[in-house]
Amino acid sequence: MENEAINIEIMQLVFAYIFVLILLTIVKKKDIGHQGEILLASFRMTVQLVAVGFVLDYVFANQNPFFSIGVLLIMEVFAIYNIYGRVQGEISSSLKKIIAISMFSGTSISIFFFLLIIIQIEPWYRADYFIPLSGMLIGNSMTGISLGVNHLVNGFKDNKKLIENYLMLGAEPLLAVKRITNRAFYNAVLPTINSMMGMGIVFLPGMMTGQILAGASPITAIKYQIAIMMGILGSVTLTVYFMVNKGSETFFNERKQINLE
Amino acid sequence: MFKLENVKFKDIIEINELKIEDNLVTAVLGPSGGGKTTFLKLLNNMISADTGKIYYKNRLIEDYDPVKLRRKVVMLPQDPQIFKGSIADNFKFTEELTAKKYSDDEVYKELLKKVSLDKNLFDAAEKLSGGERQRLALARVMLLEPDTLLLDEPSSSLDLETEEKIIDMVVKYARNNCRTMIMVTHSPDIADEFADRIINIEKGKIV
Repeated sequence: MENEAINIEIMQLVFAYIFVLILLTIVKKKDIGHQGEILLASFRMTVQLVAVGFVLDYVFANQNPFFSIGVLLIMEVFAIYNIYGRVQGEISSSLKKIIAISMFSGTSISIFFFLLIIIQIEPWYRADYFIPLSGMLIGNSMTGISLGVNHLVNGFKDNKKLIENYLMLGAEPLLAVKRITNRAFYNAVLPTINSMMGMGIVFLPGMMTGQILAGASPITAIKYQIAIMMGILGSVTLTVYFMVNKGSETFFNERKQINLE
Repeated sequence: MFKLENVKFKDIIEINELKIEDNLVTAVLGPSGGGKTTFLKLLNNMISADTGKIYYKNRLIEDYDPVKLRRKVVMLPQDPQIFKGSIADNFKFTEELTAKKYSDDEVYKELLKKVSLDKNLFDAAEKLSGGERQRLALARVMLLEPDTLLLDEPSSSLDLETEEKIIDMVVKYARNNCRTMIMVTHSPDIADEFADRIINIEKGKIV
Protein backbone atom coordinates (compact mmCIF):
# COMPACT_ATOMS: atom_id res chain seq x y z
CA MET A 1 0.00 0.00 0.00
CA GLU A 2 2.22 2.82 -1.24
CA ASN A 3 0.30 6.05 -2.01
CA GLU A 4 1.33 9.55 -2.90
CA ALA A 5 0.93 12.18 -0.15
CA ILE A 6 -2.16 14.37 -0.45
CA ASN A 7 -1.15 17.74 -1.83
CA ILE A 8 -2.11 20.76 0.26
CA GLU A 9 -3.38 23.71 -1.79
CA ILE A 10 -2.17 27.21 -0.85
CA MET A 11 -5.66 28.25 0.27
CA GLN A 12 -5.91 25.21 2.53
CA LEU A 13 -2.50 26.07 3.98
CA VAL A 14 -3.56 29.65 4.65
CA PHE A 15 -6.51 28.25 6.54
CA ALA A 16 -4.08 26.45 8.89
CA TYR A 17 -2.96 29.84 10.21
CA ILE A 18 -6.26 29.97 12.10
CA PHE A 19 -4.40 28.19 14.91
CA VAL A 20 -2.05 31.16 15.22
CA LEU A 21 -5.09 33.44 15.42
CA ILE A 22 -6.55 31.27 18.19
CA LEU A 23 -3.31 31.56 20.18
CA LEU A 24 -3.13 35.33 19.58
CA THR A 25 -6.73 35.79 20.71
CA ILE A 26 -6.12 33.83 23.91
CA VAL A 27 -2.90 35.66 24.89
CA LYS A 28 -4.53 39.02 24.16
CA LYS A 29 -7.74 38.30 26.02
CA LYS A 30 -5.95 36.83 29.03
CA ASP A 31 -3.37 39.61 29.03
CA ILE A 32 -0.51 37.12 28.71
CA GLY A 33 1.31 39.29 26.16
CA HIS A 34 4.07 38.22 23.79
CA GLN A 35 1.88 38.70 20.69
CA GLY A 36 4.87 40.14 18.83
CA GLU A 37 6.92 37.07 19.61
CA ILE A 38 4.17 34.74 18.37
CA LEU A 39 3.78 36.72 15.14
CA LEU A 40 7.54 36.78 14.60
CA ALA A 41 7.83 33.03 15.23
CA SER A 42 5.01 32.29 12.75
CA PHE A 43 6.53 34.64 10.18
CA ARG A 44 10.06 33.23 10.61
CA MET A 45 8.82 29.65 10.43
CA THR A 46 6.96 30.39 7.19
CA VAL A 47 9.79 32.32 5.50
CA GLN A 48 12.50 29.89 6.62
CA LEU A 49 10.55 26.83 5.44
CA VAL A 50 9.56 28.40 2.12
CA ALA A 51 13.20 29.36 1.51
CA VAL A 52 14.53 25.94 2.45
CA GLY A 53 11.81 24.31 0.33
CA PHE A 54 12.95 26.17 -2.77
CA VAL A 55 16.65 25.59 -2.03
CA LEU A 56 16.11 21.86 -1.50
CA ASP A 57 13.92 21.62 -4.58
CA TYR A 58 16.76 23.09 -6.62
CA VAL A 59 19.44 20.97 -4.95
CA PHE A 60 17.44 17.74 -5.38
CA ALA A 61 16.86 18.53 -9.05
CA ASN A 62 20.55 19.30 -9.62
CA GLN A 63 22.40 16.53 -7.76
CA ASN A 64 25.95 17.66 -7.13
CA PRO A 65 28.47 16.70 -4.38
CA PHE A 66 29.35 20.37 -3.79
CA PHE A 67 25.70 21.22 -3.06
CA SER A 68 25.34 18.34 -0.59
CA ILE A 69 28.59 19.14 1.19
CA GLY A 70 27.81 22.88 1.09
CA VAL A 71 24.43 22.38 2.76
CA LEU A 72 26.06 20.06 5.33
CA LEU A 73 28.64 22.74 6.19
CA ILE A 74 25.96 25.42 6.51
CA MET A 75 23.96 23.18 8.87
CA GLU A 76 27.10 22.50 10.95
CA VAL A 77 27.95 26.20 11.26
CA PHE A 78 24.39 27.11 12.26
CA ALA A 79 24.30 24.26 14.79
CA ILE A 80 27.63 25.31 16.33
CA TYR A 81 26.52 28.95 16.72
CA ASN A 82 23.22 27.74 18.11
CA ILE A 83 25.12 25.78 20.79
CA TYR A 84 27.19 28.87 21.72
CA GLY A 85 23.94 30.80 22.10
CA ARG A 86 22.33 28.17 24.31
CA VAL A 87 25.16 28.02 26.86
CA GLN A 88 24.31 29.85 30.07
CA GLY A 89 27.09 32.36 30.79
CA GLU A 90 30.44 32.94 29.13
CA ILE A 91 32.59 30.11 27.84
CA SER A 92 36.26 30.24 26.92
CA SER A 93 37.45 30.43 23.33
CA SER A 94 39.26 27.11 23.75
CA LEU A 95 36.02 25.41 24.85
CA LYS A 96 34.25 26.98 21.85
CA LYS A 97 36.92 25.48 19.61
CA ILE A 98 36.43 22.03 21.19
CA ILE A 99 32.65 22.31 20.72
CA ALA A 100 33.10 23.11 17.03
CA ILE A 101 35.62 20.29 16.46
CA SER A 102 33.52 17.74 18.40
CA MET A 103 30.36 18.72 16.55
CA PHE A 104 31.99 18.61 13.15
CA SER A 105 33.99 15.40 13.61
CA GLY A 106 31.38 13.46 15.62
CA THR A 107 28.52 14.20 13.24
CA SER A 108 30.62 13.70 10.08
CA ILE A 109 31.76 10.24 11.18
CA SER A 110 28.21 9.15 12.01
CA ILE A 111 26.64 10.75 8.92
CA PHE A 112 29.01 9.02 6.50
CA PHE A 113 28.83 5.71 8.36
CA PHE A 114 25.05 5.91 8.42
CA LEU A 115 24.59 6.92 4.76
CA LEU A 116 27.28 4.80 3.17
CA ILE A 117 27.28 1.64 5.32
CA ILE A 118 23.71 1.38 6.65
CA ILE A 119 21.49 3.05 4.03
CA GLN A 120 24.05 2.60 1.20
CA ILE A 121 22.92 5.57 -0.88
CA GLU A 122 24.20 5.95 -4.41
CA PRO A 123 25.74 8.26 -5.41
CA TRP A 124 27.14 9.07 -1.95
CA TYR A 125 25.96 12.68 -2.19
CA ARG A 126 22.35 11.86 -3.14
CA ALA A 127 20.82 15.05 -1.76
CA ASP A 128 17.28 13.84 -0.96
CA TYR A 129 18.83 11.38 1.54
CA PHE A 130 22.07 13.15 2.40
CA ILE A 131 20.56 16.47 3.51
CA PRO A 132 17.49 15.49 5.60
CA LEU A 133 19.25 12.59 7.34
CA SER A 134 22.33 14.72 8.07
CA GLY A 135 20.02 17.39 9.45
CA MET A 136 18.45 14.93 11.87
CA LEU A 137 21.83 13.75 13.16
CA ILE A 138 23.20 17.30 13.44
CA GLY A 139 20.05 18.61 15.16
CA ASN A 140 20.05 15.88 17.78
CA SER A 141 23.80 16.17 18.37
CA MET A 142 23.37 19.92 18.79
CA THR A 143 20.82 19.33 21.56
CA GLY A 144 23.09 16.75 23.18
CA ILE A 145 26.18 18.98 23.13
CA SER A 146 24.21 21.98 24.44
CA LEU A 147 23.08 19.92 27.43
CA GLY A 148 26.57 18.47 27.90
CA VAL A 149 28.28 21.89 27.82
CA ASN A 150 25.84 23.38 30.32
CA HIS A 151 26.27 20.45 32.71
CA LEU A 152 30.05 20.58 32.30
CA VAL A 153 30.33 24.33 32.91
CA ASN A 154 27.92 24.26 35.86
CA GLY A 155 29.61 21.13 37.25
CA PHE A 156 32.96 22.94 37.32
CA LYS A 157 31.48 26.10 38.83
CA ASP A 158 29.47 24.31 41.52
CA ASN A 159 32.31 21.95 42.47
CA LYS A 160 35.27 24.30 42.25
CA LYS A 161 36.20 23.80 45.92
CA LEU A 162 35.95 20.03 45.68
CA ILE A 163 38.09 19.93 42.54
CA GLU A 164 40.68 22.14 44.26
CA ASN A 165 40.65 19.76 47.22
CA TYR A 166 41.40 16.84 44.93
CA LEU A 167 44.22 18.74 43.20
CA MET A 168 45.73 19.76 46.54
CA LEU A 169 45.94 16.09 47.49
CA GLY A 170 47.83 15.40 44.26
CA ALA A 171 45.11 14.19 41.89
CA GLU A 172 45.53 14.29 38.11
CA PRO A 173 43.05 16.92 36.84
CA LEU A 174 41.05 14.57 34.62
CA LEU A 175 40.67 12.08 37.45
CA ALA A 176 39.61 14.90 39.77
CA VAL A 177 36.73 15.81 37.45
CA LYS A 178 35.78 12.30 36.37
CA ARG A 179 32.44 12.35 38.17
CA ILE A 180 31.54 15.73 36.66
CA THR A 181 32.42 14.67 33.13
CA ASN A 182 30.59 11.35 33.49
CA ARG A 183 27.49 13.14 34.78
CA ALA A 184 27.65 15.69 31.92
CA PHE A 185 27.94 12.87 29.37
CA TYR A 186 25.01 10.93 30.83
CA ASN A 187 22.76 14.01 31.03
CA ALA A 188 23.56 14.83 27.41
CA VAL A 189 22.62 11.40 26.03
CA LEU A 190 19.66 10.92 28.38
CA PRO A 191 17.04 12.65 26.15
CA THR A 192 17.98 10.33 23.27
CA ILE A 193 17.69 7.27 25.53
CA ASN A 194 14.34 8.53 26.89
CA SER A 195 13.00 9.16 23.43
CA MET A 196 13.92 5.57 22.46
CA MET A 197 12.00 4.35 25.52
CA GLY A 198 8.73 6.01 24.51
CA MET A 199 9.05 5.56 20.76
CA GLY A 200 6.14 3.75 19.11
CA ILE A 201 4.06 3.70 22.30
CA VAL A 202 3.95 7.24 23.64
CA PHE A 203 4.41 8.86 20.24
CA LEU A 204 5.09 8.14 16.61
CA PRO A 205 8.38 9.74 15.66
CA GLY A 206 8.48 12.53 13.07
CA MET A 207 10.43 10.70 10.44
CA MET A 208 8.14 7.67 10.55
CA THR A 209 5.03 9.86 10.46
CA GLY A 210 6.44 11.75 7.48
CA GLN A 211 7.21 8.58 5.57
CA ILE A 212 3.76 7.10 6.22
CA LEU A 213 2.11 10.36 5.04
CA ALA A 214 4.30 10.25 1.95
CA GLY A 215 2.91 6.81 1.15
CA ALA A 216 5.53 4.41 2.53
CA SER A 217 4.34 1.27 4.25
CA PRO A 218 4.63 1.29 8.06
CA ILE A 219 7.14 -1.60 7.81
CA THR A 220 9.47 0.44 5.59
CA ALA A 221 8.90 3.45 7.85
CA ILE A 222 9.90 1.58 11.04
CA LYS A 223 13.03 0.21 9.40
CA TYR A 224 14.10 3.76 8.60
CA GLN A 225 13.07 4.94 12.01
CA ILE A 226 15.12 2.26 13.78
CA ALA A 227 18.10 3.01 11.57
CA ILE A 228 17.88 6.77 12.12
CA MET A 229 17.54 6.30 15.89
CA MET A 230 20.73 4.24 15.91
CA GLY A 231 22.39 6.92 13.80
CA ILE A 232 21.20 9.67 16.18
CA LEU A 233 22.38 7.66 19.19
CA GLY A 234 25.79 7.15 17.59
CA SER A 235 26.14 10.78 16.55
CA VAL A 236 25.08 12.14 19.96
CA THR A 237 27.40 9.68 21.72
CA LEU A 238 30.45 10.55 19.62
CA THR A 239 30.00 14.33 19.64
CA VAL A 240 29.25 14.52 23.36
CA TYR A 241 32.05 12.10 24.25
CA PHE A 242 34.63 14.18 22.33
CA MET A 243 33.30 17.42 23.75
CA VAL A 244 33.12 16.31 27.39
CA ASN A 245 36.57 14.71 27.42
CA LYS A 246 38.47 17.33 25.47
CA GLY A 247 36.32 20.17 26.85
CA SER A 248 37.16 19.33 30.47
CA GLU A 249 40.86 19.77 29.66
CA THR A 250 40.20 23.42 28.79
CA PHE A 251 39.39 24.14 32.45
CA PHE A 252 43.02 23.50 33.42
CA ASN A 253 46.22 25.23 32.35
CA GLU A 254 49.54 23.59 31.48
CA ARG A 255 50.55 23.60 35.19
CA LYS A 256 47.40 21.57 35.93
CA GLN A 257 45.82 24.47 37.79
CA ILE A 258 42.07 25.02 37.64
CA ASN A 259 41.18 27.94 35.44
CA LEU A 260 37.55 29.10 35.57
CA GLU A 261 38.07 32.75 34.66
CA MET B 1 63.26 23.08 51.70
CA PHE B 2 61.66 26.16 50.07
CA LYS B 3 63.39 29.27 48.79
CA LEU B 4 61.52 32.27 47.35
CA GLU B 5 63.20 35.06 45.38
CA ASN B 6 61.39 38.23 44.26
CA VAL B 7 58.05 36.44 44.10
CA LYS B 8 55.02 38.46 43.10
CA PHE B 9 51.45 37.30 42.54
CA LYS B 10 48.96 39.94 41.33
CA ASP B 11 48.58 42.60 44.02
CA ILE B 12 48.17 39.93 46.64
CA ILE B 13 51.68 38.90 47.52
CA GLU B 14 55.21 40.25 47.12
CA ILE B 15 58.15 38.49 48.78
CA ASN B 16 61.74 39.55 48.10
CA GLU B 17 63.48 36.70 49.83
CA LEU B 18 62.44 33.85 52.10
CA LYS B 19 63.78 30.46 53.11
CA ILE B 20 61.81 27.75 54.88
CA GLU B 21 63.86 25.03 56.51
CA ASP B 22 62.94 21.38 56.34
CA ASN B 23 61.77 19.21 59.24
CA LEU B 24 60.53 22.25 61.15
CA VAL B 25 57.12 23.59 62.00
CA THR B 26 56.64 27.05 60.49
CA ALA B 27 53.63 29.17 61.37
CA VAL B 28 52.38 31.84 58.98
CA LEU B 29 50.64 34.59 60.91
CA GLY B 30 48.75 37.65 59.78
CA PRO B 31 45.36 39.31 59.38
CA SER B 32 42.78 37.76 57.08
CA GLY B 33 43.01 38.89 53.47
CA GLY B 34 46.75 39.45 53.88
CA GLY B 35 47.80 36.77 51.37
CA LYS B 36 48.48 33.77 53.65
CA THR B 37 46.41 31.25 51.66
CA THR B 38 47.89 32.57 48.40
CA PHE B 39 51.34 32.04 49.92
CA LEU B 40 50.57 28.35 50.62
CA LYS B 41 49.08 27.83 47.15
CA LEU B 42 52.28 29.15 45.58
CA LEU B 43 54.31 26.52 47.43
CA ASN B 44 52.49 23.52 45.94
CA ASN B 45 51.90 25.19 42.57
CA MET B 46 48.14 25.42 42.87
CA ILE B 47 48.88 28.89 41.46
CA SER B 48 51.99 30.20 39.73
CA ALA B 49 53.80 33.40 40.62
CA ASP B 50 53.65 36.19 38.03
CA THR B 51 57.34 36.91 38.54
CA GLY B 52 60.17 35.55 40.66
CA LYS B 53 61.45 32.12 41.52
CA ILE B 54 60.30 29.46 43.96
CA TYR B 55 62.62 26.54 44.70
CA TYR B 56 61.66 23.27 46.35
CA LYS B 57 64.65 21.18 47.43
CA ASN B 58 66.93 23.45 45.36
CA ARG B 59 64.94 22.88 42.18
CA LEU B 60 62.56 25.36 40.56
CA ILE B 61 59.01 24.22 41.17
CA GLU B 62 58.22 24.75 37.47
CA ASP B 63 60.68 21.94 36.79
CA TYR B 64 58.54 19.49 38.75
CA ASP B 65 55.51 17.76 37.35
CA PRO B 66 52.82 19.73 39.27
CA VAL B 67 50.89 16.60 40.28
CA LYS B 68 54.01 14.84 41.59
CA LEU B 69 54.96 18.01 43.47
CA ARG B 70 51.51 18.21 45.08
CA ARG B 71 51.81 14.60 46.22
CA LYS B 72 55.01 15.57 48.08
CA VAL B 73 53.71 18.92 49.26
CA VAL B 74 50.10 18.23 50.24
CA MET B 75 47.85 21.12 51.14
CA LEU B 76 44.86 20.93 53.45
CA PRO B 77 42.50 23.85 52.76
CA GLN B 78 40.62 25.83 55.37
CA ASP B 79 37.36 23.94 54.90
CA PRO B 80 38.32 20.51 53.56
CA GLN B 81 35.59 18.71 51.64
CA ILE B 82 34.46 15.36 52.98
CA PHE B 83 33.91 12.79 50.26
CA LYS B 84 30.66 10.87 49.91
CA GLY B 85 30.33 7.46 51.57
CA SER B 86 31.92 5.99 54.66
CA ILE B 87 35.14 6.91 56.45
CA ALA B 88 36.82 3.96 54.71
CA ASP B 89 35.54 5.29 51.36
CA ASN B 90 37.24 8.61 52.13
CA PHE B 91 40.58 6.86 52.60
CA LYS B 92 40.12 4.68 49.53
CA PHE B 93 39.07 7.58 47.32
CA THR B 94 42.12 9.54 48.47
CA GLU B 95 44.30 6.62 47.37
CA GLU B 96 42.43 6.36 44.06
CA LEU B 97 42.97 10.06 43.38
CA THR B 98 46.69 9.74 43.98
CA ALA B 99 47.14 6.48 42.05
CA LYS B 100 48.02 4.48 45.18
CA LYS B 101 46.95 0.94 45.95
CA TYR B 102 44.28 0.51 48.62
CA SER B 103 45.77 -0.03 52.07
CA ASP B 104 44.52 -2.59 54.56
CA ASP B 105 41.75 -1.54 56.92
CA GLU B 106 44.30 -1.79 59.74
CA VAL B 107 46.21 1.15 58.24
CA TYR B 108 43.03 3.24 58.17
CA LYS B 109 42.18 2.27 61.76
CA GLU B 110 45.68 3.25 62.88
CA LEU B 111 45.24 6.67 61.24
CA LEU B 112 41.91 7.19 62.99
CA LYS B 113 43.67 6.45 66.29
CA LYS B 114 46.43 8.94 65.45
CA VAL B 115 43.89 11.72 64.90
CA SER B 116 41.86 10.58 67.96
CA LEU B 117 38.77 9.93 65.89
CA ASP B 118 36.85 7.28 67.76
CA LYS B 119 34.68 6.07 64.88
CA ASN B 120 34.00 2.92 62.91
CA LEU B 121 35.49 2.75 59.41
CA PHE B 122 32.03 2.15 57.99
CA ASP B 123 30.36 5.14 59.64
CA ALA B 124 29.01 7.72 57.20
CA ALA B 125 31.60 10.47 56.81
CA GLU B 126 28.99 13.11 56.08
CA LYS B 127 27.47 12.68 59.54
CA LEU B 128 30.70 13.70 61.30
CA SER B 129 30.80 16.98 63.27
CA GLY B 130 33.04 19.89 62.24
CA GLY B 131 35.97 18.82 64.43
CA GLU B 132 35.64 15.19 63.38
CA ARG B 133 35.66 16.21 59.72
CA GLN B 134 38.87 18.17 60.24
CA ARG B 135 40.45 15.11 61.85
CA LEU B 136 39.33 12.84 59.04
CA ALA B 137 40.73 15.31 56.49
CA LEU B 138 44.05 15.31 58.37
CA ALA B 139 44.06 11.51 58.50
CA ARG B 140 43.56 11.43 54.72
CA VAL B 141 46.57 13.70 54.29
CA MET B 142 48.66 11.52 56.64
CA LEU B 143 47.71 8.47 54.60
CA LEU B 144 49.62 10.00 51.69
CA GLU B 145 52.80 10.41 53.81
CA PRO B 146 53.84 13.70 52.19
CA ASP B 147 57.25 15.32 52.78
CA THR B 148 55.59 18.63 53.53
CA LEU B 149 52.21 19.46 55.00
CA LEU B 150 50.63 22.80 54.16
CA LEU B 151 47.78 23.54 56.54
CA ASP B 152 45.51 26.52 55.94
CA GLU B 153 44.04 27.45 59.33
CA PRO B 154 43.38 23.79 60.10
CA SER B 155 40.96 24.51 62.90
CA SER B 156 39.62 28.02 62.38
CA SER B 157 35.99 26.94 62.63
CA LEU B 158 36.44 24.99 65.87
CA ASP B 159 36.33 25.91 69.55
CA LEU B 160 39.63 26.70 71.24
CA GLU B 161 39.98 23.36 73.03
CA THR B 162 39.37 21.23 69.91
CA GLU B 163 41.59 23.57 67.90
CA GLU B 164 44.53 23.09 70.26
CA LYS B 165 44.03 19.32 70.39
CA ILE B 166 44.04 19.00 66.59
CA ILE B 167 47.08 21.20 66.13
CA ASP B 168 48.94 19.41 68.93
CA MET B 169 48.20 16.09 67.27
CA VAL B 170 49.34 17.14 63.79
CA VAL B 171 52.48 18.88 65.08
CA LYS B 172 53.45 15.72 66.99
CA TYR B 173 52.89 13.71 63.83
CA ALA B 174 55.14 16.05 61.82
CA ARG B 175 57.92 16.02 64.44
CA ASN B 176 57.81 12.24 65.01
CA ASN B 177 57.92 11.51 61.28
CA CYS B 178 60.48 14.15 60.27
CA ARG B 179 58.05 16.11 58.13
CA THR B 180 58.09 19.77 57.25
CA MET B 181 54.96 21.59 58.25
CA ILE B 182 53.81 25.06 57.23
CA MET B 183 50.68 26.16 59.02
CA VAL B 184 48.65 29.30 58.45
CA THR B 185 47.02 30.52 61.62
CA HIS B 186 45.27 33.65 62.83
CA SER B 187 46.30 32.98 66.42
CA PRO B 188 49.63 34.30 67.78
CA ASP B 189 49.20 32.02 70.82
CA ILE B 190 49.04 28.88 68.67
CA ALA B 191 52.02 30.07 66.63
CA ASP B 192 54.05 30.72 69.81
CA GLU B 193 53.11 27.41 71.36
CA PHE B 194 53.69 25.06 68.45
CA ALA B 195 55.94 26.62 65.81
CA ASP B 196 59.73 26.57 65.54
CA ARG B 197 59.58 29.64 63.35
CA ILE B 198 56.96 32.33 62.73
CA ILE B 199 56.51 34.28 59.49
CA ASN B 200 54.26 37.34 59.60
CA ILE B 201 52.48 38.27 56.39
CA GLU B 202 50.59 41.55 56.19
CA LYS B 203 49.17 43.07 53.02
CA GLY B 204 51.10 40.50 51.00
CA LYS B 205 54.49 41.33 52.46
CA ILE B 206 56.64 39.70 55.09
CA VAL B 207 56.95 41.98 58.09
